[in-house]
Amino acid sequence: MIKKTVSSVEEALKGVQNGMTFMLGGFGLCGIPEKAIAELVRLGISDITCISNNAGVDDFGLGLLLQKRQIKKMISSYVGENDEFERQMLSGELEVELTPQGTLAEKCRAAQSGFPAFYTPAGYGTEVAEGKETREFNGKMYVLEEAFKADFAFVKAWKGDEAGNLIFKGTARNFNPCMCGAAKITVAEVEELVPAGALDPNQIHVPGIFVQRIFQGNNYEKRIEQRTVRKRN
Amino acid sequence: MLDKNGIAKRIAQEVKDGYYVNLGIGIPTLVANFVRDDISVEFQSENGVLGMGPFPFEGDEDADVINAGKQTITTLPGASFFDSATSFSMIRGQHVDLTILGAMEVAENGDIANWKIPGKMVKGMGGAMDLVASAEHIIVAMMHTNRSGQSKLLKKCSLPLTGVQCVKKIVTNLAVLEVGPKGFVLLERAPGVSVEEIKDATEGNLIVNGEIPEMRID
Repeated sequence: MIKKTVSSVEEALKGVQNGMTFMLGGFGLCGIPEKAIAELVRLGISDITCISNNAGVDDFGLGLLLQKRQIKKMISSYVGENDEFERQMLSGELEVELTPQGTLAEKCRAAQSGFPAFYTPAGYGTEVAEGKETREFNGKMYVLEEAFKADFAFVKAWKGDEAGNLIFKGTARNFNPCMCGAAKITVAEVEELVPAGALDPNQIHVPGIFVQRIFQGNNYEKRIEQRTVRKRN
Repeated sequence: MLDKNGIAKRIAQEVKDGYYVNLGIGIPTLVANFVRDDISVEFQSENGVLGMGPFPFEGDEDADVINAGKQTITTLPGASFFDSATSFSMIRGQHVDLTILGAMEVAENGDIANWKIPGKMVKGMGGAMDLVASAEHIIVAMMHTNRSGQSKLLKKCSLPLTGVQCVKKIVTNLAVLEVGPKGFVLLERAPGVSVEEIKDATEGNLIVNGEIPEMRID
């Protein structure tokens, strides 16, 4: 067994530098690497390029890095619900590259899987396809999209073991598995870290080979963005 | 004239037995409330769940179980969770049968714009570009005109496009229309709405063939 455990978030983020490109898992505030984000804020790492489906809200998630002006560029599919983000984008302080959600996921998976690029129909004929190669297959038009290149991927899982194997819960899975192994170093934070052998190999969502460092985070806030309920009858 | 729930009710009639359906944010989300309960349908949300159920009871909400609108949800028996790449394999690979989404503008050739108003609003396309580029059946749910009374059914979209020549059907507060080779084909009128009113509210080419029936909504 190759051990991937590190003792703390400080050790897990060793090597992060200004100007780097980071992938961050999560959809909205669901399944975001809360501990890694807090540590990036504490370290004051700046000029970051973030690959993340969303940009958090004003006072949580990536919004915390935006508040401190640590982000230079965001690559996302949807960036609503964040006033500070909108302000920085409209004033030109923040560079934004909007990418269709499926393309964003696939650009991660391509990086993980060793594909330099792929063709997708998403965005053909729109401004997303401007300057990109297009090609017809079986009478339909496709756009060539390239794999991401990133220095670190920060992902959040429910359970993990010493070997770096990961299991996710519910829709907190989202982009996290696609980002594992898609950057030079993948850092996984988990709610529960268990010894090797404690997880059933049949139930592993991401094999440990895609993860370089794993640690347990405590007291996850897991903020709900749109609490929606129905009344009991 | 229909309200939002009326539009959702009419669209629910288009959902067929055995369909996997992706619902966009807004009016499309309401469609789930009106699908007949004697047919089998599964709702997919692109953040990674198939087999979505109703909103949870107060106190049962789970931060780890949400839909693409970031609302807390529940799952039904037979549901599954998956990652974002798998989710869009279902969409791009045309395993999802029907996509229902909102729009700011639709053109008479089936072009759709719904993600950006230059200089004013840039929230992003989310999964909409992937959905409209791949779905076999796309239904647009929207008001026929915008807040200032201008038609949203146009000769040509003025806003940045989400997808080209992809919309097949549109259900508005005034009408059900199909995108044909020569423009919007009027299929049904909303209760109490005349063909003239629909013509006035449609900037793109409106094709009226014979008598246009009124929608049947229970």
